Amino acid sequence: MSTGRTTAAPRLRPLPAGPRGILIDCGTTAAARACYRSLQNRRMSGLLEAEDLVPGATTVLVDGVDEPELLAAELPGWPLTEEPEAVGEAVEIPVCYDGPDLEAVAALWGVSTDDVADIHSGIEYEAAFCGFSPGFAYLEGLPERYHVPRRESPRTKVPAGSLAIAGPYTGVYPRTSPGGWQLIATMTNPGRLWNEHREPAALLIPGTRVRFAAVRV
Amino acid sequence: MSHIEILRAGVLTTCQDAGRPGWGHLAVPPSGAADRPSWRLANQLAGNPTGACALETTLNGATVRAHRNVTVVVGGAPCAVTVDGRPESWGQPVKLQAGSVLDAGPAEVGVRSYLAFSGGLHPKSSLGSHSTCLLSGLGPAPLKDGDTIPLGPSPAHPPLPTQWPAPWAGIGEDIVMKLHLGPRLEWFRPEAVAELTRGVWTVSEHSNRIGLRLEGPSLKRTDPAAELPSEGIAAGGLQVPPNGQPILFGADHPTTGGYPVIGVVGPEAQAAAAQARPGTRIRFVPLPMPHWSKRS
Repeated sequence: MSTGRTTAAPRLRPLPAGPRGILIDCGTTAAARACYRSLQNRRMSGLLEAEDLVPGATTVLVDGVDEPELLAAELPGWPLTEEPEAVGEAVEIPVCYDGPDLEAVAALWGVSTDDVADIHSGIEYEAAFCGFSPGFAYLEGLPERYHVPRRESPRTKVPAGSLAIAGPYTGVYPRTSPGGWQLIATMTNPGRLWNEHREPAALLIPGTRVRFAAVRV
Repeated sequence: MSHIEILRAGVLTTCQDAGRPGWGHLAVPPSGAADRPSWRLANQLAGNPTGACALETTLNGATVRAHRNVTVVVGGAPCAVTVDGRPESWGQPVKLQAGSVLDAGPAEVGVRSYLAFSGGLHPKSSLGSHSTCLLSGLGPAPLKDGDTIPLGPSPAHPPLPTQWPAPWAGIGEDIVMKLHLGPRLEWFRPEAVAELTRGVWTVSEHSNRIGLRLEGPSLKRTDPAAELPSEGIAAGGLQVPPNGQPILFGADHPTTGGYPVIGVVGPEAQAAAAQARPGTRIRFVPLPMPHWSKRS
């Protein structure tokens, strides 16, 4: 268990986002995650009142605050824990590496399709932020040499449960929707990703660690 | 309890309450009534508690049958109101007998009329809200002819007597909006602020609860090829895609986006935007960035 490294974070830059919002530009993804956790803790302990905290790739939006200028003034002095203790077990998601873009990705990586499955399922990911569709998480962890571009023409219909990669991210589509990422695998039980009767409704909330387990059918 | 029955859903009629704010981190749009002040006033006049679910119509109104005695208020976009074919008051409580048919006609100006029923509507809820979200599909589906929606118990307080005119906001053909500049003003060429000040944009017909697409002067970026990592979008954000034609986000807006937001409008302008028909002219009054956002 790491105790984490605490640093003053001069990188936090508050930008105005309307009369009741602040977009905190954190500079890096690691700083954004730390900033999001810090904001959550402050909100839980009553130090911050905000309607919505929305993490992005390198930012956190704080919306619905009565006096954004007070929060903005505090930010530069915030200590951020860069590497917090991992919380709980990683979520394991069984997938079948059978996506329609698997061969294209294998060619881009210069490996066999079996290797794509081994490499991709050998990595632990972390949900950096959600977007696009309820329960869709942008998962980070893919080393840079495996980053691939989006498809040149997006698909109008990507089936629910499709596991896709683009740039630094991996994602699983909770429901059928259009999409431009490269589809490499299929989740066997996509219903787990979003369940309104569960708390939280999303399986992959920001900060969740994720592993994919390759299954053969 | 009982229910109302949709006889004519019109172009788009949805159930709307205060929406589901606070779930942006799970990519859940806030949703809720697009014209908040009108929805709130309609509920107040119907004697409902704050936050009750009402119908939101689009351009050509809706027709409903009440299956119990109920008071209804039709407000928001002005329209002809009839009960069983007889003219009735717009913007005031109207009593419906069980079996009566209420028709809210096409909007005379504006886009969205609100039909608030005493007791409120109780369609299926998701994440604590009855609101239909067009972007995410959460909440009840948009209404179809023949749908029924349960009514809640009549409120303890009777509908407000209104011998005076209720304070409905006027709906104009031109809208001037205060635009709080930022967060991503620095992504634009210096002349963008001048462009925002003197430019006039027209609401495109490809506009909906997700956002108004605006046609007019292009807002040019300093580096058109630069990619903005996805970031949270505030309610009322004015986002500028690569073609320079801005989108003013509405209630069902995406929670994150990869194009820069040049400015954000407040709740009053968001309500006005919800009543802006295609062809409405929009001008902006840019408000400078606050002092705390200046680079030190």
